[in-house]
Amino acid sequence: MEVILVIVIGVLYASGLYMILRRSFVKVIIGLIFLGHAANLLIFTVGRISKGIPAFISIEGTLAENAADPLPQALILTAIVIGFGVQAFAIVLFKRAYQTTGTDDLDELNTTDELIQ
Amino acid sequence: MLYAVVAGFIFAIFFPAAVRINKQAGKIAAAVLPLGIFIYFASFYNTITEGNVIAQSYNWIPSLGINLSFYLDGLSLTFALIISLVGFAVFLYTASYMEGNKYITRFYIYITLFMASMLGLVLSDNIITMFVFWELTSISSYFLIGFNHDKERSRIYALQALLITGGGGLALLAGLIIIANISGGWSISSLADLNELITGHKHYPIAAILVLIGAFTKSAQFPFHFWLPNAMEAPTPVSAYLHSATMVKAGIYLMARMNPSLGGTDLWQHTILIVGAVTMLFTAMLSLKQTDLKKLLAYSTLGVLGTLTMLLGIGSDLAIKAFMIYLIAHSLYKGTLFLIAGIIDHETGTRDITKLGGLRKLMPITMVIAVLASLSKMGIIPLIGFVGKETVYASALEFEPFGTLLIILAIAANVFIVYITIAVGFKPFFGKLKPTPKEPHESPFKMWFGPMILALLGVVLGMFSSVVINSLINFTEIGVINKKLNIPVKLWHGFNLELALSVLTVLLGVLLYFKRDNIVNTLNKISFTKYVKPSYYYEFLLSSTLSFAKFQTKFLQNGNLSNYAAMIIVATIFLGGLALVSFGGAPNIDLTFAPTFAEVIIGIILILAAISAVRAKSRLTAIVSVGVVGYSVALIFIMYSAPDLAMTQFAIETLTVILFVLVIYRLPKYLPFSSMTRRIRDFILAGLGGLLMSLIVLFIIAEPMTSELKKYFGENSLTIGKGRNIVNVILVDFRALDTMGEIAVLAIAAIGVYALLKLKSNGSEK
Repeated sequence: MEVILVIVIGVLYASGLYMILRRSFVKVIIGLIFLGHAANLLIFTVGRISKGIPAFISIEGTLAENAADPLPQALILTAIVIGFGVQAFAIVLFKRAYQTTGTDDLDELNTTDELIQ
Repeated sequence: MLYAVVAGFIFAIFFPAAVRINKQAGKIAAAVLPLGIFIYFASFYNTITEGNVIAQSYNWIPSLGINLSFYLDGLSLTFALIISLVGFAVFLYTASYMEGNKYITRFYIYITLFMASMLGLVLSDNIITMFVFWELTSISSYFLIGFNHDKERSRIYALQALLITGGGGLALLAGLIIIANISGGWSISSLADLNELITGHKHYPIAAILVLIGAFTKSAQFPFHFWLPNAMEAPTPVSAYLHSATMVKAGIYLMARMNPSLGGTDLWQHTILIVGAVTMLFTAMLSLKQTDLKKLLAYSTLGVLGTLTMLLGIGSDLAIKAFMIYLIAHSLYKGTLFLIAGIIDHETGTRDITKLGGLRKLMPITMVIAVLASLSKMGIIPLIGFVGKETVYASALEFEPFGTLLIILAIAANVFIVYITIAVGFKPFFGKLKPTPKEPHESPFKMWFGPMILALLGVVLGMFSSVVINSLINFTEIGVINKKLNIPVKLWHGFNLELALSVLTVLLGVLLYFKRDNIVNTLNKISFTKYVKPSYYYEFLLSSTLSFAKFQTKFLQNGNLSNYAAMIIVATIFLGGLALVSFGGAPNIDLTFAPTFAEVIIGIILILAAISAVRAKSRLTAIVSVGVVGYSVALIFIMYSAPDLAMTQFAIETLTVILFVLVIYRLPKYLPFSSMTRRIRDFILAGLGGLLMSLIVLFIIAEPMTSELKKYFGENSLTIGKGRNIVNVILVDFRALDTMGEIAVLAIAAIGVYALLKLKSNGSEK
């Protein structure tokens, strides 16, 4: 079953990278979201997965031998929330930039960074 | 000795405050400092000439073997005396010469820093410490050449000097480190006994060449010589001090200092000999076309530096003796002549020798000093320059098997030096008085006092050479060739071949002076291509470096976000791919569970949604697809025992989609901007990136792993954290501080979002 996850991670990374390279600001944000998903799934997968046994301690006070590893999950949970913060900020920033400059094209927003001459 | 070196640095720090209190007192203090240092070092004279050396060491970075160790022997004492004495003359002179310059404080700071660094350089016994002082002299020289920073030429030539000596400094550092690695120590004085070990090592040639490049750039040897005449853009006291008497001799000092440890091999001796001889003749000849006083002096300095280098290359006992005498003689007369040139410039307003003449009646004291220094420089008895030149000729003559060739080269170079001397030291004072931009007057006491001391010293040292410097020079040689010589320094050797050659040199020099115009006319007819000038290659290298930097910046940092991203992706794919390839082998894929139908379906949905988001023609389609991807990820979390993640993901995904739709509801059409080629390029890049990540995951999960932390959390979550849901316990208990940080980040993002939404677009227009 990891094979499916491996393929999904690859596709998410590829589409995330492709979107990051676009000129439209909206697409770049979508790329950012995809890369976030891809990274989360990557951590999830390399932390080893288990099926149907969440990291809960049973009534007897023990953790099942083949239960899921709680640590990657804790990390990903943090990452999801932080990722949301970044996305929300990027979306609003985009809106602002669009209102001020009137364009959605990142290639036209490079004047401050361009080498003169 | 530490205090003698550090005094200059401390002085430079407190000088601005001192000047603010009392301007005159500050300047006098500045002149007293080198005088004090001179007296301090002169007090060691007896100790050193009795054959002792003084070593002192202070810890600096002991863990790296870098200490402030100082070592005073004949060689470093000679240099320290020259540095402080010429420093005294120059500092006194500056007080008058720079009168009224609004940056005079700055000037004193730079030149004091230089003096302290130069002292540190010649006294250091630790390789790294010496290198630090070496670089400090280059840096202070940069500031001083560019002192008149409103002139473009000053800036250009300051940079040129810095780049050449600094570049040489890097080579030197590399060479010194190799030597330290071979010898296993950082002490310069202990290297002298390791000559066989070092010269026999397989890395010796590269180390020797690197050290020599450092020395040649610093001492302006061919083909690096061109920075020195250009450095004449500096105020005259700087030219007198740094670019004739002291700093340019740092390279010479280095070669002399390293001679016992690195010398004796054909590589070392021949390289030095040939480079020195070429510099000597070539640069002396270049002087012919010059008419500027300071430029003429600069070319004669180059000629002398070449001669000194050549003498080290000859390496015989007599040559080393000649080296030391000539070094002292040159520092005295050349410092003087530069200061005289400055006086003439200061009083008449011009430095062009064709416009100067007949100043003897107006400036008698200056004339006397100039004539004394000139006679020493031409090598006329009874001045120290005479002793120097005699010994140079004698050592060139006895060199086998090319003695005849060397003596011809030496005479040729000296003929030009005699010519320069007549042009600089005599021509402005004799003949008919010529009108000058300023009405000339005798210079003030402060200006002529320093040069007079130096000039008189040239007479004293010449006439009483056997008494005054004989013993010092004998002990200097221990530093250079690791043995004490007993060749007495004498003024008069009787009527011999050297004397005849000296007379011949002077006569030819006088002849050259009167025939100069004819020769220059002939020379002007011959056109040399620019490719024979070493400065052409410097400029070519400089301009190509700059255009490469510009090209690279345009290519890598063109302000284009997608370009930056592409660079990062390419670099990651390249490095990651390289690592994977070197890791090698196919991963051992363990299909523990066969995928169920549900898993396959979710996977397919997710992939289709991702593709749909990429290919979407409308913004709404794209956002919906993003939502589907997010929910699919949440489903994956549910399937693989991560209910908390799934819940968070569902909530967050919903929020994101809502926010997205709200914000971009009223926007223009969703346009495809990129060209087809760019899309194909990006597709390939993205595909490779995805493939790489998939492979990485495959490789990692093929390895077995046991999580110790899982066990720890399993045992302690209930007992310590009082919770059964371990993920939650980790977040709110074990790693509670991280969660605090996370909340802080969210809060900051929320403030940012709020501010962006509420802020008026522009203060003026609402």
